[in-house]
Amino acid sequence: MALLTVKSLTKRFGGLTALDGFDLEVPGSEILGIIGPNGSGKTTFFNVLTGMVQADLGEVYVEGVKENLLMKRTHEIIALGISRTFQNQRPFNNLSVLENVMVGAHCRTRTGIFSALLSLPGAGKERIWLRERALETMALFGDRLLSMKDNPAWTLSYANRRRLEMARALVSGPRIILLDEPTAGMNPAESQQMIDTIKSVNRTGIAVLVIEHDMNFVRRLCQRVVAMDYGQKIVEGTFPEVRNHPRVIEAYLGKD
Amino acid sequence: MAILSACAALPFVIHSNYAMRVIIYIGLYIVLALGLNVVMGFTGLLNIGHAAFYATGAYTTAILMTSWGLSFWWTLPIGMALGGLLGMAIGFPTLRLRDDYLAMVTLGFGQIVYIVANNWMGLTRGPRGIPGIPEPRIGFAHWQVAIDSYTSYYYLILFFVLVTIYACIRVRDSRVGLAWMAIREDEDVAAVMGINLGFYKTLAFAFSAVLGALAGSFFAVFQSFVSPNSFTILESVIIVTIPILGGLGSLPGTIVGAVLMIGLPEVFRAASEYRMVAVGAFMVLMMVFKPEGLFGKKLFQQTYKA
Repeated sequence: MALLTVKSLTKRFGGLTALDGFDLEVPGSEILGIIGPNGSGKTTFFNVLTGMVQADLGEVYVEGVKENLLMKRTHEIIALGISRTFQNQRPFNNLSVLENVMVGAHCRTRTGIFSALLSLPGAGKERIWLRERALETMALFGDRLLSMKDNPAWTLSYANRRRLEMARALVSGPRIILLDEPTAGMNPAESQQMIDTIKSVNRTGIAVLVIEHDMNFVRRLCQRVVAMDYGQKIVEGTFPEVRNHPRVIEAYLGKD
Repeated sequence: MAILSACAALPFVIHSNYAMRVIIYIGLYIVLALGLNVVMGFTGLLNIGHAAFYATGAYTTAILMTSWGLSFWWTLPIGMALGGLLGMAIGFPTLRLRDDYLAMVTLGFGQIVYIVANNWMGLTRGPRGIPGIPEPRIGFAHWQVAIDSYTSYYYLILFFVLVTIYACIRVRDSRVGLAWMAIREDEDVAAVMGINLGFYKTLAFAFSAVLGALAGSFFAVFQSFVSPNSFTILESVIIVTIPILGGLGSLPGTIVGAVLMIGLPEVFRAASEYRMVAVGAFMVLMMVFKPEGLFGKKLFQQTYKA
């Protein structure tokens, strides 16, 4: 069974069909690029996959889970191993950087209100574990997040907020991570660092699905690329195959 | 520590009953406001019906002590449990609502409890209220001490305030508090990060209501009389202003807010007719010059000020 199987996923917003029978199979822990013009349904695909938007039709299966993922409630999905970042940057602005990352591991902790109130030993142990795990995950980005760990998230630079979102998505130990334009607003050097980080994350066995407009970035990062237009998969293959495919050129530039 | 010993020594310094009474009320409002702060400050949900939980605790203690002859210490957990259930009851239907709509529902909820207290003659004696609530006692059988002086009530409310502060700190610093604050910041993202919105919002309302009911139980024995007049919408509004004044989410801020909000009007007793005008003007000035409250952290939203 493939790690992730998406079958005829459909989502309509009124008259607009954002996803139109979208199919995708992610066999294992690869780095998969998703490209396509604006409005082609890439972000909607991520939103449906993480339960932020209810799909109209379709099936999504993750390895080891019998049920259709679309039947799950939003907060249950991360525990099954799918986590994400956001295109329009949504850290918890008034929480510290460390707290932001700690929230990401919510599904891996169990302390309830009573054990917190009574300060039971389990609660204390779990809190120490959570903190350690958050710091470990932040260390993926060298000193950039660690040096800011007690600052509120809104004080971070644009690039650091992207790193923070990624750390928050990784701390739960996902099997699949969805990155929505992870390098938007970064300079070339930072972009290259991000590529290295994503590759090292992938080497730990985590599948990466990444939406990106920067074709150089996609070329250097992704083993496989899927091109979307009008909510459908138009081409699938290696980067050169997809980039030079007439339908992709048509989607981006239009027909003469 | 210094503050704690100062609090413990207070009755030895202040001999005026009137001043003690004001200070006890400040303590009572600290418990109420800290409870509301859980919903408003931590979880970011506006609740203009907190007096409903306050009333629940007060009426539970009043009825159980006068008609059933139960001890205060039994009515306390019963009142808190009922308050918590009521908190869940309000938390649950409000899960689908946000912002202004949620505020309207909580406002209506507060009114419902007030109207029930005013009209259910059989249970609450309506507007006549329930008089003659006995004082609480500490100890067993023949070795009992009655809490009947201002000093002893002061120590009782001081104990409740300390328990409340402790509970708020423990929960705030736990995974539960973190989940609440994530919901406050961005509930859609919080859900994607694995936080069960329904569960945690209901939990916030329940926890807040338990503290509200605790304050209510104390109020009943301290006044030895409860009537619906103590739980009007004005009461809810006063409780709402305290954490806002002090800084939403900040525990010291909420405490200072209660001291100012309850203490200042008493200090300016002479101009009592203009009290609400002064409070209103003060709130407007606060919103203009220090919208995050006295002790609030500088918030993200302010970075975009033109």
